Amino acid sequence: MSETDAAWIDAALTSARPQAVGALLRYFRNLDTAEEAFQNACLRALKTWPQNGPPRDPAAWLIMVGRNVAIDEVRRARKQEPLPEDDQAISDLDDAEGALAERLDGSHYRDDILRLMFICCHPDLPATQQIALALRIVSGLTVKQIARAFLVSDAAMEQRITRAKAKIAEAGVPFEAPGAVERSERLAAVAAMIYLIFNEGYSASGDTAEIRKPLCEEAIRLARLLLRLFQSEPEIMGLAALLLLQHARSAARFAADGSLILLEDQDRSLWSRTMIAEGLALIDKAMRHRRSGPYQIQAAIAALHARAATPEETDWTQIDLLYGALELVQPSPVVTLNRAVAVSKVRGAEAALALIEPLAPKLANYFHFYGVRGAFLMQLGRNDEARIAFDRAIALANTSAEAAHIRMHLDRLIRDSQPKDSKAK
Amino acid sequence: MLYAILCYHDEDFVGSWSKEQDEAVMKKLAVVQDKLSKQGRLGPVARLLPTTAAATLRKEDPPLVLDGPYAETKEQLLGFYIVDCKNLDDALDVARELGAANPGGAYEVRPVGVFRPGENLT
Repeated sequence: MSETDAAWIDAALTSARPQAVGALLRYFRNLDTAEEAFQNACLRALKTWPQNGPPRDPAAWLIMVGRNVAIDEVRRARKQEPLPEDDQAISDLDDAEGALAERLDGSHYRDDILRLMFICCHPDLPATQQIALALRIVSGLTVKQIARAFLVSDAAMEQRITRAKAKIAEAGVPFEAPGAVERSERLAAVAAMIYLIFNEGYSASGDTAEIRKPLCEEAIRLARLLLRLFQSEPEIMGLAALLLLQHARSAARFAADGSLILLEDQDRSLWSRTMIAEGLALIDKAMRHRRSGPYQIQAAIAALHARAATPEETDWTQIDLLYGALELVQPSPVVTLNRAVAVSKVRGAEAALALIEPLAPKLANYFHFYGVRGAFLMQLGRNDEARIAFDRAIALANTSAEAAHIRMHLDRLIRDSQPKDSKAK
Repeated sequence: MLYAILCYHDEDFVGSWSKEQDEAVMKKLAVVQDKLSKQGRLGPVARLLPTTAAATLRKEDPPLVLDGPYAETKEQLLGFYIVDCKNLDDALDVARELGAANPGGAYEVRPVGVFRPGENLT
């Protein structure tokens, strides 16, 4: 087998995975069995596809082979025990593939994939475990790849995933076909999980940014997959748009030394026009439904940044309004803090500062609160108070990159505020 | 005669290419396109955004707008070429050459009836 063959087969297996493992999970009702069956089917694919060419429908092929291999194993283990009638019907692979493909085009596979994603979102699992589990089960990343993205040892990640799996096995997988309300609840949980995966990649900086970039790409792939299954859900369009618009900036977000470059300082020619076009098309389409939601609003904000050819052309008034709308549907001090940045551009630092002062008790340990507060104080020429805020921010910084970022911010504001001060005098 | 070469492929599959794989394919295709271009035979070329970005207008009365592509099939229309060819054999040769650069999926080779180059766009 040539190297290119291997690469193409790999892409085919990756793209078929959610559908195939989802169907096998419905069939076996056990995640480990389903994963093992899929694994065995992949091994067969690697052997037979290079000789016979890839099948017409790789997912259907993998489901069929996975089922047969697992059933053979059960047969071998139980020897004489008769099998349920349903299983004996599947003998000729080629005939069966066609029949199964028909059925897959129907109703099942949508809920299969959704279920597979949904079991990773168990509320008892901390966010990092949800992400790790989804990357393992849905995306099929190896433990080694996931460990690398999370900067932990393979053994530690293996243990984390095993624990997470044990927890969902204990909770029981919901196998019955979901009703409309339940389906939309699952969809919301899965959307949140995809957003977490993206954020894990997006919030990385410095050395880890490059390592974690695949997480952003994977989140986008999953969002597109989800959108293909639920084509008329404006919030899923909003989610996909948000991720695309954010990720479009990835080539411009970091300096050569790995430090973060602020939005207004980024070289906008490095932004991916294709990703922006797709993001804008999606948000455009979503808005037509007139069913707003947090992802759509956030995507609309990102779209306004993406549309501005220069920082000066940014429509801050509209961004302020959108953050106002976001505060209504998803009240949170962090949203208000973000809104304050827009307010400072539209109505000045005084108004922005007034907006965030009441947040102090809630955000007492939030790095960004002090960074933003310091910036406003600095703009108002209250430099001593600004310095106290920046010192607090540096003390609360989670990474050295965040601390460096505040120092850069500090330098910049000193530089920028000088001419303003002299003008005021 | 002008031929449209319509590119169909499994979108999930194409979407699972790594960035490097995608770039490698585009590079190989560019070689074929350059050759056709130098021969003065290449018209507009388009790679379409994913079908998730698509909407469909059904021309009922009143027209009905639906989210997503027109056809929900395994293989989707992902892009197209307009190429000047002597005859079908010639057009199939071009399609074969493109196919060697980008295996998988299918090309539908369709003679063009009316062609307006659309000079407003570059």
